[in-house]
Amino acid sequence: MSDTSAADPVTKIDTPIELRYRFTAGRAQSRFLRGVQQGKLLGQRCPQCGKVYVSPRGACAACGVATDEEVEVSDKGTVTTFCVVNVPFYDQKMEIPYVSATILLDGADIGLMHLIQEAKAEDVHMGMRVEAVWAPPGERTPSLEAIKYFRPTGEPDADYETYREHV
Amino acid sequence: MPADDVLEAPNILEYPYARSTGPVIGRFMTGLRDGRIHGVRAADGRVVCPPTEYDPVTSEALGEDSFVEVGPAGEVATWAWVHEPHEKHPFDRPFAWALVRLDGADTAMLHAVDAGDESRMATGMRVQPRWRDERVGDIHDIEAFVPEDAA
Repeated sequence: MSDTSAADPVTKIDTPIELRYRFTAGRAQSRFLRGVQQGKLLGQRCPQCGKVYVSPRGACAACGVATDEEVEVSDKGTVTTFCVVNVPFYDQKMEIPYVSATILLDGADIGLMHLIQEAKAEDVHMGMRVEAVWAPPGERTPSLEAIKYFRPTGEPDADYETYREHV
Repeated sequence: MPADDVLEAPNILEYPYARSTGPVIGRFMTGLRDGRIHGVRAADGRVVCPPTEYDPVTSEALGEDSFVEVGPAGEVATWAWVHEPHEKHPFDRPFAWALVRLDGADTAMLHAVDAGDESRMATGMRVQPRWRDERVGDIHDIEAFVPEDAA
């Protein structure tokens, strides 16, 4: 609109959409989020299939039963899948290219999505071992931003069999 | 109200869309920037405003020579009074959403009527646009329609 002069025909209009929600985390996820604020990753184990969910939702989606047992998992894990983001978009916080990955934390049975930094985008790969880089305790909020990003640990790659159920 | 131990936070989704107007709506928007309102004449002689790219009855493309200027005044075909405007509404005071059939047009256009009070609204009432001083080629170039007798 404003990028055309008053004499040019109008060819474009701005039609922004804004949806204002209030997100309620629920009990299980609230415990998880308070945990990350303290530097802990708290999941829940399904009493039926034994799988550990991080972040937990209070129930096992496969078995349909409540998950009451709380389990702390490691802040180290394995990259199962990843995406190199090369496309700029509105309100982008990161400099491109950057890598968003699904990380299977040691002790967890479901992937967690987070950023991979301190590695070149082209070096990130399936099976890469990574660890959380936490924000300083005073700067942590009850959100996954309490972890700044994950970085390579330098350990040998995880055996494919250890994460094949998660790709 | 969630329990005390449950976290909650605002979650705002924004889609900053820009939309290509195409030649017909583009012409309509360009007209608004100039303080004019255009419709198109369909095959049956009816004037459609806002203009459509295709004839609503025959589906034939409506070309360059179909444009006609309408209004700017017209009459309220239907309306609904908004007692409690929300933040995305054009006014922070009560107003009406109305279908306004502009003089020379056979269809009605949705817009706001800034009537001040519901008692001033009536089906068939005469209204005219209140234009913005700085127009950019957008439907909001018409700030609102206002009762003709208020002008």
